[in-house]
Amino acid sequence: MASAHCDPAGAEAAAPVALKILVTGGFGVGKTTFTGAVSEIRALRTEAAMTEAGRPHDDLVGVEAKATTTVAMDFGRITLGGSTVLYLFGTPGQDRFRFLWDELAAGALGAVVIADTRRLADSFPALDDLERRGLPFAVAVNRFDGARAYPVGSVRTALDLDDHVPVVPCDARRRESARDVLVTLVDHVLRTGTALRGTAPWDEGRAAGLRTPR
Amino acid sequence: MSEAWFDDAAGPVVRPYAMTRGRTRSDARLRLDLISQVVAEDGALRDAESAEAAGRPETARLGPEHLAILRGCASTSRSVAELAADLDLPVGVVRVLIGDLVDAALVRVTRPVPPADLPDEGILREVIDGLRAL
Repeated sequence: MASAHCDPAGAEAAAPVALKILVTGGFGVGKTTFTGAVSEIRALRTEAAMTEAGRPHDDLVGVEAKATTTVAMDFGRITLGGSTVLYLFGTPGQDRFRFLWDELAAGALGAVVIADTRRLADSFPALDDLERRGLPFAVAVNRFDGARAYPVGSVRTALDLDDHVPVVPCDARRRESARDVLVTLVDHVLRTGTALRGTAPWDEGRAAGLRTPR
Repeated sequence: MSEAWFDDAAGPVVRPYAMTRGRTRSDARLRLDLISQVVAEDGALRDAESAEAAGRPETARLGPEHLAILRGCASTSRSVAELAADLDLPVGVVRVLIGDLVDAALVRVTRPVPPADLPDEGILREVIDGLRAL
């Protein structure tokens, strides 16, 4: 058995290709459950501290203007074949957490938007943001006990989604179900092509230049 | 001390940025994404631990959190997010500490992937196959 330092490929093999997928949606929609179901590690929680003055939602009267807000993010990891690691980041979809998105969306492969048919409007901020950024996404309609099962088509209509956006039913508690949603997303990313992925809104000119010439 | 005025829910008693001596960002050249992979240089942990045990001055600038990060990425590469979760510290603090370790040539960091360099079709197909095999 060769020791690590005798293996010339060891150092290079130590750094896998790391990919990032966002898991987003409204409050309490099952982001943490989804991430935990498919992650090989217990869904970890980390905190992104933000220091910013005068954020409209943190109206802290009597507190000095420069307040630090800490937001917890859940994340999970899936190792695929040893050389590729997929990280899932559960990201709040509410407007007030939009500042987190700049960092999370940069270089992300795509996003899963989890929707609850009882509160579809909660998905709108996340959908708006993803569309604006040109980040590919799939919508997973989480099945909640007691919720009426709506056909996928009516959810698509209610969310005003383009025909090419995948909408799939999902049980965020089940590993296979969460995995199938991820397969759907990555397949969608593959189909929509690599050129436009992760393009920031201000990059539209550049992205247009990358389109296949007619 | 059953009447202590703070408990676990109050969070760490040492304010996080005390560990970074007040610094809130690391070297601007080092852009650390949440999924940037950090791996200790060969023997870095051993050297740092023996230097600490011997009380040698080069470790004076390394705190226990620096050593904890080194331990976390000594045998396998870890993402910035994982190291932050393991240490139960905010990502911003861990970024600064990792920057110190890079400056001291104790760890290496893979650069974040620029959007234009996102993986090609081959890697995406591997991801799909890998997920299906789960």
